[in-house]
Amino acid sequence: MSDNRTLSHGVDMSALKRDSNDKPKDEESTLIEVRDLKLFYGEKQALNGINLPIPRQRVTAFIGPSGCGKSTLLRCFNRMNDLVDGVRIEGKIMLAGKNIYDRNVEVSDLRRRVGMVFQKPNPFPKSIYENVAYGLRIQGINDRRLIDEIVEKSLRGAALWDEVKDRLHDNAFGLSGGQQQRLVIARAIAIEPEVLLLDEPASALDPISTLKIEELIYELKSKYTIVIVTHNMQQAARVSDYTAFMYMGDLIELADTDTLFTNPGKKQTEDYITGRYG
Amino acid sequence: MDKNHISHQFDNELENLRNQVFAMGGLVEQQIRDAVAALTEGDTELAETVIRNDHKVNRMEVEIDEECTHVIARRQPAASDLRLIVAVIKTITDLERMGDQAEKVARMGRGLANMERPRSGYFEIQTLGEHVQTMTHEALDAFVRMDVDAAIKVAKKDLKVDQEYEGIMRQLMTFMMEDPRTIKRVLDVMWAARALERIGDHAKNICEYIVYLVEGKDVRHISMEKMEEKVRGS
Repeated sequence: MSDNRTLSHGVDMSALKRDSNDKPKDEESTLIEVRDLKLFYGEKQALNGINLPIPRQRVTAFIGPSGCGKSTLLRCFNRMNDLVDGVRIEGKIMLAGKNIYDRNVEVSDLRRRVGMVFQKPNPFPKSIYENVAYGLRIQGINDRRLIDEIVEKSLRGAALWDEVKDRLHDNAFGLSGGQQQRLVIARAIAIEPEVLLLDEPASALDPISTLKIEELIYELKSKYTIVIVTHNMQQAARVSDYTAFMYMGDLIELADTDTLFTNPGKKQTEDYITGRYG
Repeated sequence: MDKNHISHQFDNELENLRNQVFAMGGLVEQQIRDAVAALTEGDTELAETVIRNDHKVNRMEVEIDEECTHVIARRQPAASDLRLIVAVIKTITDLERMGDQAEKVARMGRGLANMERPRSGYFEIQTLGEHVQTMTHEALDAFVRMDVDAAIKVAKKDLKVDQEYEGIMRQLMTFMMEDPRTIKRVLDVMWAARALERIGDHAKNICEYIVYLVEGKDVRHISMEKMEEKVRGS
């Protein structure tokens, strides 16, 4: 007399959990390694010795309350903080085994390898086509056919091609916010970076555009290593493979996203993601 | 989960859910108690009451389920909040089935009341009934207090209940062999014993959900030793 309502318990769900877009865990390797990274804005310390691996071709999300240092950390990955007055940085960020803060590193070369997308879409006041072609021209590529090809490939990669293919030479400002953001992503991937840094890429967008960006992130990770900062915890839960929780300049916890959102190891993480008083 | 949510309303919703589970559990306990009493005392009226009240248990399951769906839709709970919702949804499913089993015992009781009573007066059903009723009560208590140690203790009791059930089966079989005229009556008693044994299983399931709720560990379908190992290994 078995109770057939309990039979479904026997199914091994773990086999169904990930689809083909994910490589098995054992193929995973670390692309970026943050080592004891400290950052000071003048006297004030904003990052207190961060140690963190960023796996290749995965999405890693940084979450945490405002001022926790998550954007500051993100900006370290392509040395955007170099431009800020009074910033002092200690420690290392190893990108494919080489410290990006070494003296002999060309910052422009680094930023070609590590692209960035900001909260507010920032297309150039040029045509859609020229926005994507911009990075290529800077690199000295002038072959019209090659540029055409890369522009189309990048716009397709950013899931924007079908919406703009008939008006490539219209001004980019005519696009909606969500389209502009995908255009900026197309611009970023046109120069084939290894890493994409996304700083709140969807926070200025409506829910449908947000979902399109999230879908795009999922597709992009088969080629790029993605690091995203988001205030939207559900978004981190939806798009990322790993989530890092930061608080007051410390990395509190890094875990695979499923674990972090169902059974976090640290009390502070638990309090934050469940919305309890910090 | 000692701190409150920034949203007090969310706190209230979760508190309300916990209370509803406890209320549903209380009703199921009452149903088990009454069903066993109806059977052992041959009280057909009490048996009818239990049968009639089963729909209350069912209705509570539906209501709590709905509330859980609302909380998921509106709050997108995470971590321990999420585990609480999952544990509640699972717990009420088991409680509802416990209610069904209690109803089954009451139906058997109603039938047995019209037959000749054995000299033992269904002593074995009484004892087994008391044991699973205690298990149910303690499991719910552990749920409310989120007490993993208590949950494990209760889960362990299921082994004893299973053994007790085996013993009853053997005994009832000898009755049937001794006097085939008792077969119809003894089969009904067997069904009642089986229903009570199943209640013990459901109480054990609830204990497993408590471990999941508190520790975030899945301890279903493993031996008691492994379960304890998994919990202690935190």
